[in-house]
Amino acid sequence: MERTTLDLWVGAFVLAGIAALGVLAFKVGNLGTYNVSETYELTAYFSNIGGLKQQASVKSAGVLIGRVKQITLDTGRFEAKVTMTIDKRYQFDQDTYAKILTSGLLGEQYIGLSVGGETEMLKPGDTIKHTQSAVVLEDLIGKVINMLADKPAQPKEATGKN
Amino acid sequence: MPIKKGISGLGRRTINAVWRLGVAARFFALTLLYSATAFRRFRLTSREMFYTGVMSLIIILVAGMFVGMVLGFQGYETLKRYGSESALGSLVALSLVRELGPVLAALLFASRAGSAMTAEIGLMRATEQIDALELMAVNPIARVVGPRFWAGVISMPLLACIFSAMGVFGGYVVGVVAIGVDEGSFWSQMQSAVDFRQDVMNGLIKSLVFGVVVTVIALYEGFDAPPTAEGVSGATTRTVVESSLAVLMLDFVLTAFMFRGD
Repeated sequence: MERTTLDLWVGAFVLAGIAALGVLAFKVGNLGTYNVSETYELTAYFSNIGGLKQQASVKSAGVLIGRVKQITLDTGRFEAKVTMTIDKRYQFDQDTYAKILTSGLLGEQYIGLSVGGETEMLKPGDTIKHTQSAVVLEDLIGKVINMLADKPAQPKEATGKN
Repeated sequence: MPIKKGISGLGRRTINAVWRLGVAARFFALTLLYSATAFRRFRLTSREMFYTGVMSLIIILVAGMFVGMVLGFQGYETLKRYGSESALGSLVALSLVRELGPVLAALLFASRAGSAMTAEIGLMRATEQIDALELMAVNPIARVVGPRFWAGVISMPLLACIFSAMGVFGGYVVGVVAIGVDEGSFWSQMQSAVDFRQDVMNGLIKSLVFGVVVTVIALYEGFDAPPTAEGVSGATTRTVVESSLAVLMLDFVLTAFMFRGD
C-alpha cells in the first residue's frame, strides 16, 4: 500500500480512538459536568449516614453543587464526619442545614443543603452545624410498629369506660 | 513401571512449561530492550498499526454496536421488573466501560490481529527470513518484533475506547430510539454513574495490559513456532487460545484490584 494512504488511515484511526475517549470522558463520564479545580471543602457531622458513599452527590434545591469527598468516624464524638467538596460558585450561610436524603424510594443517598437566614457565609473548611441523619428503614419500621402497638390499646380503654 | 513413567512424564511437562515461560519472559525483556528502533523508525510501527489497528476497526465497530444493542434490550428487560428503566444508561455504560469494552475488544484483537501476527512471524521463521536478517547483522527482535509489539500496545486502548463508545451508541439506539426510554434520564443517569477516574481510566489501564499480553503471546508463539506448515498452524491456534484465556484471567485479577467493592 502507498505510504501516504497508510499514514492517512493510521492517523484517522488514532484520531477516532482519541475521539472515542473524549466521548467516554465528557458524554458518558462525569468529566464535563463537574469541574474539580475550583472547589472548597465543608464538613458536617451526622449521627447516622445510612448508605451514603464517597462520591455521592451534594445538592441544593436539587442542583448538583458538589460531591462527598471522604467519610470517617470521629472517635471523639462517635459520629460520622463527612467532608464535601463544593463548587466555589455557590456560597452558603452559617445557618445552612445538611440533610441526608434519598433519591426516589430506594435510590442512592445524597446530601441536601438548605439555606438558613444568617448573613455570614461559611468559609472553606468550616463545619455545618445543623444536620439531619439518614432515615434508616429499620428505625422507621420500628416506629410504625410501636405506633400500631400503642394504638389498639386506647380504643379498648375508651370502649371500656363507656 | 507405569507409575514411574507417569511421574517422570508429569515432571517433564512441568519442566517444559516452566522453561517455555522463562523463554517467553526473556523474549519480552529483549523486546522492551530493543524497542528503541520501533520509535526511532516510527514508520515501521505505524505500518504495523495499519495492519493491527486499522484493519481491526470494522470488526470492533460492528461488534461494539451489537453488544451495546443487546445490552440495551437485556438491561431494559431486567430493569423493567424493578421499575427503574431510567437506569438503563448507567447499566449499559458501566458494563461497557469497565468490562465488556476492554475484554471483548482484546478477545477480538487476539483472534483478528494476534493470529495474523503469529502466522506472519512463523512463516518468516519457516522461510528463513529471520535467519537472513540475522546474517545481515540486523537484529530481528528490533526490526520485526519491536514495531509489532508497540503497534499492538498503542492500538489496543484505542480499539477498546472505540468499542465502548460504539456500544454506548448501540445501547442508546435500542434503549432510547427503539424502546423509548426517556433520553434525558438515559444520559444524566449515565453521567452521574460513570466516574472518569474510577471507571474510564481503569478500563483504559485494563486494555493497555491486555494489549501487552496479547501481542507478547502472539509474537512469542510466532517467533517460537516450528518451521513447518503444521508448526505455524499450531502456533496460530495456541495464540488465540492462550491469549483469550490470559485476557479473561487477568481481567479477573485486575477487577479484583480495581473494584474491590468498598
